Amino acid sequence: MRDKRLHYKTPLLQTPFHPRTSAANLHGHWAAWAGYQGATDFGDTEMEYTAVRNAVSVYDLCPMVKYEISGTQAQDYLDRLLVRSVARLPVGAVHYTVWCDDNGKVMDDGTLFRLGETEFLLCCQERHLPWLLDSAIGYDVAVREVTEDIAALSLQGPCSAQTLKAAGWDVSTLKPFRIAEVSFQDKPLRISRTGFTGDLGYEIWADPRQALALWDHLMQAGAPWGIRPIGSDALDMVRIEAGFLIAGADFVPAEQALRPDRVRSPFELGLDWLIDWEKGHFNGRRALLAERESGASEWALVGLDIAGNVSAEGAILYHGKEREAGVVTAALWSPTLKRNIALAQLRRSYLGPKSEDLWVEIYAMRELNYVKLMVPARVTQRPFFSPARRRATPPEDF
Amino acid sequence: MVLDALIIGAGHNGLVTASYLARAGMKVAVLEKNDWIGGAAVSRELYPGFTYSNCSYVSSLFRPEIMRDLELSRYGLQILPYEGGAVFTRDGGYLGMFRDHDANRREFARFSARDAEAYDRYSRDVMQHCRFIRPLLMRTPPDPARFRPRDLAELAWIGRKVMDLPEAQIAGMIRFWTMSISDFLDEYFENPVIKGYLAVSAIIGTALGPMSPGSAYVLLHHYMGDVDGNVGAWGFARGGMGAITRALTRSLEAAGGEVRTGKAVKRVLVRQGRAIGVETEDGEQIHAARVISNMDAKRTFLRHVDEAELPAQFVRQVRRFKTRGSSGKLNIALDAAPKFTALPEGAPNLRGDLHFTDSVERMERAYDDWKSGHFSRDPFQDVMIPTMIDPTMTPPGKHFMSCFVQYAPPKIAGKDWTDADRDAFGATCIDQIETYAPGFKSLILHAEIRTPRELEAEVGLTEGNIFQGELTFDQLLFNRPVPGYAQYRAPIRDLWISGSSTHPGGGVMGAPGRNAAAEILRDARIGHQMSDAYAVI
Ligand SMILES: Cc1cc2nc3c(=O)[nH]c(=O)nc-3n(C[C@H](O)[C@H](O)[C@H](O)COP(=O)(O)OP(=O)(O)OC[C@H]3O[C@@H](n4cnc5c(N)ncnc54)[C@H](O)[C@@H]3O)c2cc1C
Repeated sequence: MRDKRLHYKTPLLQTPFHPRTSAANLHGHWAAWAGYQGATDFGDTEMEYTAVRNAVSVYDLCPMVKYEISGTQAQDYLDRLLVRSVARLPVGAVHYTVWCDDNGKVMDDGTLFRLGETEFLLCCQERHLPWLLDSAIGYDVAVREVTEDIAALSLQGPCSAQTLKAAGWDVSTLKPFRIAEVSFQDKPLRISRTGFTGDLGYEIWADPRQALALWDHLMQAGAPWGIRPIGSDALDMVRIEAGFLIAGADFVPAEQALRPDRVRSPFELGLDWLIDWEKGHFNGRRALLAERESGASEWALVGLDIAGNVSAEGAILYHGKEREAGVVTAALWSPTLKRNIALAQLRRSYLGPKSEDLWVEIYAMRELNYVKLMVPARVTQRPFFSPARRRATPPEDF
Repeated sequence: MVLDALIIGAGHNGLVTASYLARAGMKVAVLEKNDWIGGAAVSRELYPGFTYSNCSYVSSLFRPEIMRDLELSRYGLQILPYEGGAVFTRDGGYLGMFRDHDANRREFARFSARDAEAYDRYSRDVMQHCRFIRPLLMRTPPDPARFRPRDLAELAWIGRKVMDLPEAQIAGMIRFWTMSISDFLDEYFENPVIKGYLAVSAIIGTALGPMSPGSAYVLLHHYMGDVDGNVGAWGFARGGMGAITRALTRSLEAAGGEVRTGKAVKRVLVRQGRAIGVETEDGEQIHAARVISNMDAKRTFLRHVDEAELPAQFVRQVRRFKTRGSSGKLNIALDAAPKFTALPEGAPNLRGDLHFTDSVERMERAYDDWKSGHFSRDPFQDVMIPTMIDPTMTPPGKHFMSCFVQYAPPKIAGKDWTDADRDAFGATCIDQIETYAPGFKSLILHAEIRTPRELEAEVGLTEGNIFQGELTFDQLLFNRPVPGYAQYRAPIRDLWISGSSTHPGGGVMGAPGRNAAAEILRDARIGHQMSDAYAVI
């Protein structure tokens, strides 16, 4: 029996896949992710990126924070908690959603899995147990933090469906955002058609005790397509192409913001499309309604197409090269699109006609000297990359 | 040659004032009644080879701007961050604290899954309060009753800072400044041990219980400092807290100032409403263009200034300035490191603050004893072993242990403390430690036991109040020490106060001393090298 008191000796936990991921991590590149040791790359980010867009990749998702929510009033509870309609989420389906504090500021985003009429799984980046429990007052619902109880892998890429088929799971009829229940070595296994890559892909949810066998099984099944594990660097590239946000990177979760002006509403993150105004009360609704009516949103989260090929991480956005208009939160020279793309928080007043005159100031360090660039940027559609295979059911072979 | 400035008391604030003045070109001398320097920031060798931190024992509040302006690093000062900490529980377990964020969360989760995830929001909220108050520390408080442009501007500045906050935060702030730490913690946590650990900072040096309104602010007073920018963190001064006042003295001397120890001031000499110098206990009269007292307000004005020279209302208010003592201290030389049975071998927690009071309730009971005029029978102790980190204070393998104790009243059942009372108090504390670290007693080479009586006698802290006056809301900012006299000026011309009785209060912070120097130089129209307070961005 492990002595629980000795946890401090391994402040970064290893995921159930660690024996395999550490063997594959050629450079020993790790970073802390939510209290776990997560690979930043396995030796070659470019090849890992290519695996996602060309064939099939595996990403260890275990550190994702997970809450199990169940009870006769779980649906009502979640409808009050989250901005999107949970009543409309069928059993066996998943959706992306956000939740807000009383002031209508985004606390986090995540995916909600409806596993049964009264059973849900909420996956997110940050920890929220006190908020989830306090919100449960008056509901017949139980909330449990189950991060360590589930081993999760993300299998992503054009050949991911074929890999699963080769592994013995034909999920070709599974539509995006749906869940399939299969079995692995006589134990139930859950596969959802979800992911953070904007590509064809699946997430696999297993009993941690099966983790290693599952990993080996998938690696064997995917071998013909050159399956390979990817780290967070490659994942970040594809998620930017897909236009997905990361809490703490593209916005500051409301409960963490020290500075009162740093919090953002769903409108200000371009996530107001999630809100179901018809479903009755949900947390933050009053404030959001007022914001909608007054048009008081101060910020906009936008996709940018930036001139040149120098990626603009952390750059300041200017209007007319002079007035500060916002900040780039994520940026990438996209290998697939051959475009210099970015996500940015832009002051809303610079949307519209003024967006014609936006500039990005880039400090490019080249051999110990900064090359200072002031280059034009154009507000553009997100996602930057959204191939047909992402939605096609059944998926094509590649 | 007549001095430009004479400072009474070589506490750290007096030394800070003196150094700034000397650097601005003034001829400065500091008179200290003890044969050593430091006031409550002092290190003495009471057992051969062992350096103590006899009063204060940890550093966080000391302003980095002062360390930099006065080049204290050059004169030997180094602040070491420490790690760990734990509260031992009566059932033989413990709750540890860890610098590692995830380790800390998992440790809290051993007690409550919910509280483990509540700590970040708690820290965020406390940090928001810190961000409001930190910029106020190194500014002279405005006098709201006077309508000088400077006071109005300063009031407006504070007003703007408030108005910049969202409504909910203003409400939260007003609640925070007035509520009890117990109520405040209840808003975040459910587990009594976790709350017990976190409540500590609100009762250190306070004649309040954790359930008394106003105790939450005291918590802030202990969180608003930093170690190298790490806000809320605490550290050790390498070589003991006396290293701070030693470095200050060297800095002062390098700037041409002087400290004269064993020179107790009897009274401030006043002629025609102006302070012109002092008379010492040994009969010497020393003249100076201005006199600055580092002693607390009560000691300064009620003992060393002729009452006839002071406004009557002022004297009444100084008399009512609350200085109730609540703390005692044990300083112990140890032959070896104590072993706390609950801690796993090699746990880092010994390198931090160790407590034995595992609930707020129990702390409040300890306070009940204080109210009834007795030291706590089941006291709250903040135990530190700085030698776990600092190699300079004892021979290798030996340790110095500092035990800060709440509660110890200024008087026992209305009577002065006797030696027997003091020894009983010491025994109570040592027995408590022995319960959690069997064999501890046999390691003791020497113990210094200090009650409010000893603190007053040695440092001159009236009633033994460690902060030169309680840190309650009614005694802060422009009301510290009394309304109308918060700008470091006494009612007598050329007499100033610069100790912890003034804004922003007690602790080894240096801000009162620096603010006083700024005012003195301003009045004297002397330009000076004083860096701006670091901005909170
Ligand atoms: C037991 C204890 C523990 C503490 N722990 C901490 C801690 O860990 N961290 C922290 O930040 N703060 C702590 N404090 C508080 C902090 O130490 C004090 O608030 C601070 O040191 C006071 O400094 P000061 O310069 O304002 O005044 P003091 O240090 O009180 O200095 C006054 C000086 O005046 C001298 N003096 C008095 N009368 C005369 C006279 N007639 N003639 C000449 N000189 C005279 C005194 O001897 C003394 O040197 C503690 C205090 C105590 C007592």
